[in-house]
Amino acid sequence: MMTLLLFVFVLSIFLGFELISKVPSQLHTPLMSGSNAISGITIVAAIMAAGVDDGHWQTTLLGTLAMALATINVVGGYLVTNRMLAMFKKKDGGAK
Amino acid sequence: MSEVLTNLGYIAACVLFIFGLKMLGRADTARRGNMISSIGMLLAVVVTLLSRGIVTYQWIAVGAIIGTLIGAIAAQRVKMTAMPEMVALFNGFGGLASLLVGWSEYHRHPDSELFTMVATSLAVLIGGITFSGSMIAFAKLAEKITGKPILFKGQQVANAALLLAALVCAVWVSLYPSQAYPIFIGLVLLSLVLGVLAVIPIGGADMPVVISLLNSYSGLAACAAGFVILNNVLIVAGCLVGASGIILTNIMCKAMNRSLANVLFSGFGAATAKKSEGYKGEAKPISAEDAYLLLEAARSVVIVPGYGMAVAQAQHAVRELGELLMANGCDVRYAIHPVAGRMPGHMNVLLAEANVPYEQLVEPQDVNPVMETVDVAMVIGANDVVNPAAREDKASPIYGMPIINVDMAKTVIILKRSMASGFAGIDNPLFFKDNARMLFGDAKATVSALVGEFKSG
Repeated sequence: MMTLLLFVFVLSIFLGFELISKVPSQLHTPLMSGSNAISGITIVAAIMAAGVDDGHWQTTLLGTLAMALATINVVGGYLVTNRMLAMFKKKDGGAK
Repeated sequence: MSEVLTNLGYIAACVLFIFGLKMLGRADTARRGNMISSIGMLLAVVVTLLSRGIVTYQWIAVGAIIGTLIGAIAAQRVKMTAMPEMVALFNGFGGLASLLVGWSEYHRHPDSELFTMVATSLAVLIGGITFSGSMIAFAKLAEKITGKPILFKGQQVANAALLLAALVCAVWVSLYPSQAYPIFIGLVLLSLVLGVLAVIPIGGADMPVVISLLNSYSGLAACAAGFVILNNVLIVAGCLVGASGIILTNIMCKAMNRSLANVLFSGFGAATAKKSEGYKGEAKPISAEDAYLLLEAARSVVIVPGYGMAVAQAQHAVRELGELLMANGCDVRYAIHPVAGRMPGHMNVLLAEANVPYEQLVEPQDVNPVMETVDVAMVIGANDVVNPAAREDKASPIYGMPIINVDMAKTVIILKRSMASGFAGIDNPLFFKDNARMLFGDAKATVSALVGEFKSG
């Protein structure tokens, strides 16, 4: 299992570098906040931590906190990126 | 839901993230890309909620409701000028979430095998550094603490010692997890302290690099959390973010002609407090009317915005001035330096908010070759990115940094609050050049005054 995970890890790093090699500077901020939202994927782990009832209130507390924080990261990140990109978009149609 | 279905859902989510990020890198598809990536996130969340092992939903719901409310309100309310702070905050929360996930896993299984414990330690360490580092970056950007580098004697030794201590804790926890709860708490605290100490010596002008790097860390923290819970979607998504953060960090470092190590460890700016002899000469202040006459006669104008424009919220006034100039038959371009402002692409976002068509935005390497033909270069709240010392003065700390050569234009008008040096604390010989004119005052008030002159003239 762990070698498989490491395999995925290494390939994903390479994929990431290939994927985003050339980005125009106007998109630097949206790329940053958009990828920031993706880093909120830790929400998946937070769900598991908050949703497993194993009799430890501490893990539930930690999981719930993690859930709230990861959700802020995800929801806020995607919405703010969308808001920024909408401004870029407006000019596409409105450019004279 | 069976495990196979769950995993298929995760694979689909990964594919959506990959497509989303790819499309985010191109102007015409960026918005759709962001949506696709958000659908991927939704899918990953739904699949997880339906998977086996999730038995209680009330705490998930509590966390989700709190998080959604805060996230959505913050995203709607934030001003575009405050975007760097917002990104730093969101980023820090992601890091802290990864730390907490690691902690909760450790609390539940204090007897995990070595591999899991190594991953847990890393999730805590990276997540903690991301969180407290981002909070310091936030405080600096929001000017809650000084934007100047904070340095003390033996700082690097102290940092190295703390890092070493953190690593020792991590190794200990990994090898003897079942008796290491106090050590684990120590690791949590050390990682938080490390994040603070890593960011305080970095000056305000270097924030674009720091934010990109912390962005990368938050991805790596999520990735480590993925190894803890043996989940591929976290690993793939985390790696993608990690890589994109590193790429942005690199672009920012190149734009300043400095290495990452130099940005992180040199306490840039504070070190120059000794100051050589300073540049001698007399700055030539002009009034808004005189500036208007210069602009009115100009056939081509290059506007160079910087952080000062963001602080003064002057982007709308600047756009209005630009339109009036164009109506006057003048060619108007905006030259954007990659590190102008406090985060990558900061100026682009502000000008987009003010509805400046992005065809008018140019990069330094495109505008520099034709700078001699430009009648007026107007610098609005930028300083270090137009400092000719980067070209001329080998002793200057920014020597070698690619700049926008506004000093080669026929006339340079510099809008500035006072003669104080820029964020990096470096003297700027540009102000004393023969073709330079200083227009003192708040950027927004000054630009509005120019707009007024145009309208009445």
